[in-house]
Amino acid sequence: MGADVQLASEAGCHLFSGCGFPAPGLNEFDFKPIFSIGSVDFTKPMLLSIICALLVVGFFWAAFAKPKLLPGKLQLVGEIGYDFVKRSIVLETIGKKGEKYVPMLVSMFFFVWIMNIMSIIPFAQFPVMSRIAFPVGLAAVVWITYMTLTFKKHGFVGGMKNLCWPSGIPGWVMFILVPIEFFSNIFVRPFTLAVRAFANMFAGHLLIVVFSVASWYLLSPSIGALYGSVSFAVAVGLTGFELLVQFLQAYIFVMLASSYIAGALEEAH
Amino acid sequence: MTPEVLLAAEEKMNPLLPAWPEVIIGLLCFFIVFGLLGKKLLPSIEKVLEERRDAIEGGMKRAETAQAEAQAMLEQYRAELAEARHEAARITEHAREQGAVLIAEMREEGQRQREAIVAAGHAQIDADKKQATAALRQDVGSLASQLASRIVGESLEDHARQSGVIDRFLDELESKAAAAQGASK
Repeated sequence: MGADVQLASEAGCHLFSGCGFPAPGLNEFDFKPIFSIGSVDFTKPMLLSIICALLVVGFFWAAFAKPKLLPGKLQLVGEIGYDFVKRSIVLETIGKKGEKYVPMLVSMFFFVWIMNIMSIIPFAQFPVMSRIAFPVGLAAVVWITYMTLTFKKHGFVGGMKNLCWPSGIPGWVMFILVPIEFFSNIFVRPFTLAVRAFANMFAGHLLIVVFSVASWYLLSPSIGALYGSVSFAVAVGLTGFELLVQFLQAYIFVMLASSYIAGALEEAH
Repeated sequence: MTPEVLLAAEEKMNPLLPAWPEVIIGLLCFFIVFGLLGKKLLPSIEKVLEERRDAIEGGMKRAETAQAEAQAMLEQYRAELAEARHEAARITEHAREQGAVLIAEMREEGQRQREAIVAAGHAQIDADKKQATAALRQDVGSLASQLASRIVGESLEDHARQSGVIDRFLDELESKAAAAQGASK
């Protein structure tokens, strides 16, 4: 159906030409398989995620494979990125104990960020994270890390206490608070972690698509040309805005992952 | 489209349901990134960053040491210079004192020598005068007696008496001269 919309636009469906606005919707996020192996379809988001992985690895390979004491430009850029995630996110949130988790969180940050950036790269033009499967996979990695660390550090009872028993609360509130904490930490956290990233990318992409399609649809030799140019300006503005959101979402994703790990490593209270 | 296919299509449309092949591909991609970055690239850059930190801190430490050393050296030089100045002043003072003493001594010595020379001169002059007077007196006596003997025609030289006569004559002359001088005064 995504292809249908495109066809409709290309066919010259414009304002006042008798056809309605071909509003983009969920179909924008559904792709025809590039090829299929049995019942498994290989689609554009999968291809993009592979490209993203290669891009991240390629960049850091070029920057860090032969590191020098006096860095070249590329190494310097890589170092700034690495240092940013390491210091401003991981060590800031977890503290000195966080050193061990720096590689995972750095990898996660740049992988997520590049997948988000795909939204505004010509020809890709699709944020991979707007397919829920990708944030779900990464959130699962975070969740498993979170749970493993909690129970490894505190044992089963201590771990459950860490997850459900907030300190400094009068006893009678615990009746309400413990189930909420349990539910929140174990089920809601991974869910919101995945959905937050997904929904932001999803909404951002949809907005850009709506205004892009609209600017094409409104373009006709009439007052519509004015509407169209406004819509186009909005689409350009949104693209710039998305650039910010893409970074922010990657940042938030890794920041929350760090804070979960920090919570797991916290001393028993 | 059969209802089942439609249902399947509807289900596929639910954006909150993850497609498992995508989850697997996504995780695979993540672990490729994580593996390469975590095992190789980040440790290698971390090592270099550590080295750089060491180099910078080491450099700073070295610079600090060098500065401290230079400061100490400067202090030492200053102290030595002050001491040297002091020493020089002391030596100058000493030399001046010594010079003054020497000059005084030399002056004294000179004075002494001058006095000695003057005294010796005076003594010499007195002696010479006395000698001259004696010689003159003898010469005058002998001349006078020679003259007298020529006049008288006989030698009176040998007679001691005669010399008494001469002396007496001369004394008379002197006393006469002295009396004349006293009268003229």
